[in-house]
Amino acid sequence: MPENTHGHPEPSYLEYQGKHKGLKAWIFSTDHKRIGLLYLYTILTFFGIGLLIGLLMKLELIAPGQTIMGPDTYNRFFTLHGVIMIFVVVIPGLPAVFGNFVMPIQIGAPDVAFPRLNLLSWWIYILGILLVLSSLLTGGGAPDTGWTFYAPYSFETGTNMLPAVLGAFTLGFSSILTGLNFIVTIHRMRAPGMSWFKMPLFPWALYGTGWIQLLATPVVGITLLMIVAERTLGIGFFDPDLGGDPILYQHLFWIYSHPAVYIMILPAMGAISEILPAFARKTIFGYRAIVISTLMIAFVGYFVWGHHMFTSGMSGTALYTFSLLTFIVAIPSAIKVFNWISTLHKASINVQTPFYWAISFIFVFMVGGLTGLILGSLATDVHVHDTAFVVGHFHYIVFGGTGFAFLGAMHYWFPKIYGRMYNARRANLGWLIFFIGFNALYSPMFYLGVAGMARRYYDYLPEFHSGNIISSIGAYVMATGLVIIVVNLILGARRGEKAEANPWGGKTLEWSVPSPPPLENFEKIPVVTREPYDYSA
Amino acid sequence: MFSGASNFVEGVDIAFVLILGISAFFLIGLTALMLYFTWKYNKKRNPVATQIHGNNTLEVVWTVIPTILVLVMFWYGYKGWKPMMTPPDDAMEVTAVARMWSWSFEYQNGKTSTTLKLPVDEPVKLNLKAVDVIHSLFIPAFRVKQDMVPNKPDNFMWFTPQKAGIYDLFCTEYCGIRHSYMYTDVEVMSREDFDTWYNDSTDMLLLADTNADPAVVAAMMGKQLVENKGCIACHSLDGSKLVGPSFQGIYGKSETVVTNGKERGITVDDEYIRHSILKPNDDIVKGYASGQMQSYEGQLNNEEIDKIIAFLKTLGN
Repeated sequence: MPENTHGHPEPSYLEYQGKHKGLKAWIFSTDHKRIGLLYLYTILTFFGIGLLIGLLMKLELIAPGQTIMGPDTYNRFFTLHGVIMIFVVVIPGLPAVFGNFVMPIQIGAPDVAFPRLNLLSWWIYILGILLVLSSLLTGGGAPDTGWTFYAPYSFETGTNMLPAVLGAFTLGFSSILTGLNFIVTIHRMRAPGMSWFKMPLFPWALYGTGWIQLLATPVVGITLLMIVAERTLGIGFFDPDLGGDPILYQHLFWIYSHPAVYIMILPAMGAISEILPAFARKTIFGYRAIVISTLMIAFVGYFVWGHHMFTSGMSGTALYTFSLLTFIVAIPSAIKVFNWISTLHKASINVQTPFYWAISFIFVFMVGGLTGLILGSLATDVHVHDTAFVVGHFHYIVFGGTGFAFLGAMHYWFPKIYGRMYNARRANLGWLIFFIGFNALYSPMFYLGVAGMARRYYDYLPEFHSGNIISSIGAYVMATGLVIIVVNLILGARRGEKAEANPWGGKTLEWSVPSPPPLENFEKIPVVTREPYDYSA
Repeated sequence: MFSGASNFVEGVDIAFVLILGISAFFLIGLTALMLYFTWKYNKKRNPVATQIHGNNTLEVVWTVIPTILVLVMFWYGYKGWKPMMTPPDDAMEVTAVARMWSWSFEYQNGKTSTTLKLPVDEPVKLNLKAVDVIHSLFIPAFRVKQDMVPNKPDNFMWFTPQKAGIYDLFCTEYCGIRHSYMYTDVEVMSREDFDTWYNDSTDMLLLADTNADPAVVAAMMGKQLVENKGCIACHSLDGSKLVGPSFQGIYGKSETVVTNGKERGITVDDEYIRHSILKPNDDIVKGYASGQMQSYEGQLNNEEIDKIIAFLKTLGN
C-alpha cells in the first residue's frame, strides 16, 4: 500500500473520511470514483425497473389477445421502457459509470478536470429522472407515445407527455456536461509522456463520445423546447393542425437520437478494446486503425439520421444519400471487429469471465451490425421498417452491444472498484444463461419482422404466435441469468476474496494503483514511456 | 425465381438474399475464427503470446473489401427501391384513408370500401390520406410501405398486384390504443370480378326507389358511414366493450356520464349523439377514458349524422 507523508497507508476511496459522513459522503462527493458508483447504483436501479416493465410486456405478448394487461397499459409500458432504458440507462451507461471511475486513472490523473461540475451532472441527472417519474403520478398518467414522442400523435394523446419530455431535456444537460468534462480532462490531464497515441482505447472512445454528447445533445434540447412552446403557446412547428410539419420533428429527433446510438456503442467498443488485450496477454492488433475508426464513427454518425425515415416521405435524393452514408458508417465498425479478432491470433488466452463477455459482445454486435445493413438498404428497409425486425436489430446493438460491454466491464473492473473478487464459476454460469436467453429473446424478432409483424403491437395475428412464444420464454431465461450475475456480484462486493492490485495482469495504469484506489489515485503522477498494451515484458 | 404477389417483390427479395448471404458468410466465418483462436491460442496450448502490433496490408484489405461489398449492397437496395418512386401514368387511382383506427378506400366512382379491392395485373396508385395522426400503410406480401402524414401533399404509393388472393394490410406507425387492431385485407381479383363489384349499384337503386321507406334508406346509409368513417373500430355493434361504448342498443339507453369531472345521468338521444360526435370529450360515459376520440367536426355534416342516428335506432339489444 502506498503511504502518505506521515508514514501511514493511504486509505482507499471507499474508506476515506471527508467532511461528510454516511450517505452525504457519497451524494456530495466530488471524487470521480464515488460519482461513478453513484451513477452505477442509479443506473442499475432503473435498469431493473425497465427490465421488469420489459418482462411484463413479453408476458403480455406470449399469446394473442389480452393476457395480463390492456392495450392502454401496454402502450404506456413500452413508452416508459424506452424512455428509461434509452435516456436514463444506456446514454449515461458506460461513460458515466466506467468513464468516471476508470478513465482518469487510465490517463494518470488524480480526478476529472472539473470535479464539482461532475457532481452537478449527477444531480442534474437525478432531477431529470424525477421529472420523468413525475409523469406517472400527475395529469393523465404516463405518456403512451413511444420514446420517440412522434408528432402529431404526441399532441393528440390525453396522456402526460410534457414532464417526460422535460425530463429527457434535463437528462440531456447532464450528458453534455459529462461529455465536456471528459474532453477537457483528456486534453489537459494526461500523465507526462502519455501522447495521444500512447493513450488506452477506452479514453479514446470516451473522447469521441464526448464530442457527440457535446454537439448532438443540444439538438434534442431545442426540439423538446419547441414541443413545449407548441403545446403551451400554440406555435405551430410540428402539428399539422397549427401549420407545422411532423416530418421536421422526426428530422430533429433523429439528428440527436441517431448519434446517441454512438454515445452508447463507442464506449462499449472502448471497453472491449481494453478487455481483449488483458486476457489475450497480447498488444491490441491495429491500435491506430481502431482509433481512426472510433473517430470516423463519431464523425460520420452525425450524417446518417435519415435512415430512420426511409418511409416517411422524404425526397428520393435524400433517401439514397442517407442510405449510402449508412453503408459507409458500417465500414469502421467492421474494421474494429477484424482488429479485435486478429488480436486473438497467436495470443495466449486466459479465458475468464470478462473474456466471455468480450467475445459474446463481438458476436451480438456482429448480428446487430449485419442486420443493420438490411435496414440501411432502401429496398429491404421499406419492407422491414417499423416492424419487429427493427426492434430485434436495435436491441442487439443497444442492449447486446452496450449491455454485454457493460457487464464485461463490470466483471473486468470489479476487483479494482471493490477490492474484492466475485465467484468466477457462478459468473460464467450467469453469462451462459444470459447469452442463451438474450438470443432466444431477440432473434425471433428478425423472423417476425420479415413476416410482417409491426412494432409497438399490443396484439398480433395468430400467424405470428410461434415467434412470440420463443421470444417471451427467452426473456425469462435471460432474466434468470441476470439474477445470478447480479446476486453473484453483490455477494462478491460484500464478502468476496480480497483482490490484488492487478488480478488480471493488465498493463494500463488503473492496474498500477491499489484495489480499491486511494482518493487521489496515484501517490505520485506516473511518467508514461510505453505504449498502453505492452505485454512484451 | 422471386416473382411474387407484386411487381416489387423481385427487386426487394434479391437485395434481401444478397445482403443476408454476405452477412451470414461474415457472421459464421468470423464467429468460427474467433472460437478457433480462443481454442488454439488458449494459454495452455500457447503459453507465450507473440506480440503483433498490426499489419498495414491487412488493414487496407479489410477496409477495401467491405467498402466494395457495402457499395454492392447499396446498389441492389437502390435498384429494388427506385421503381417505387415513379408510378405509371395509367395507374388506377384509389384514395386510402387512415384514421384512428381503421382503413377505408375511396374509388373514383365514389364507391367506398373497408377492404382494398384491386384487379390483378393492373398498376394502382394509392393516394394516402391520414385524417388525424401519422399512420403507415404496409402490405408485407407486396413489399410496400409508406407513412401517411396528415396534410402532406403528394403522399402516395404504387404497385401492381400480380397474383389473385387475399393479403394482410397493416398500420406500422404507432398511432394509439388500437394500433395493433388497425389492419384490413387486400383482395386481389380478376378484372371481371372487380368490375362486378365496382359497378354494383344495388345501393344506388335502393336510393332511387321512391317507394322505399325513407327510414330504412337513411339507416342503410348510416351503416355505411359508421363503417367507412371508422366508428366501429372503437364502438362495437355486438355489445363488446372496445375503446368506447358499444353501439348495440345504445339509442334510448340511460347512461351515467362524466361532464367536467361531475357525474350526471343522461338518456342517449339525438341531441346527445350529435354532441358526442362533434365534441366527443365533453360527456364521457363512466368507465371509459377521455381523450381517445377526435372530433368529427368537418368530417360529417348534419345530414350524415342524422343517417348515423337512424342506423343506431335500428340496433336493438
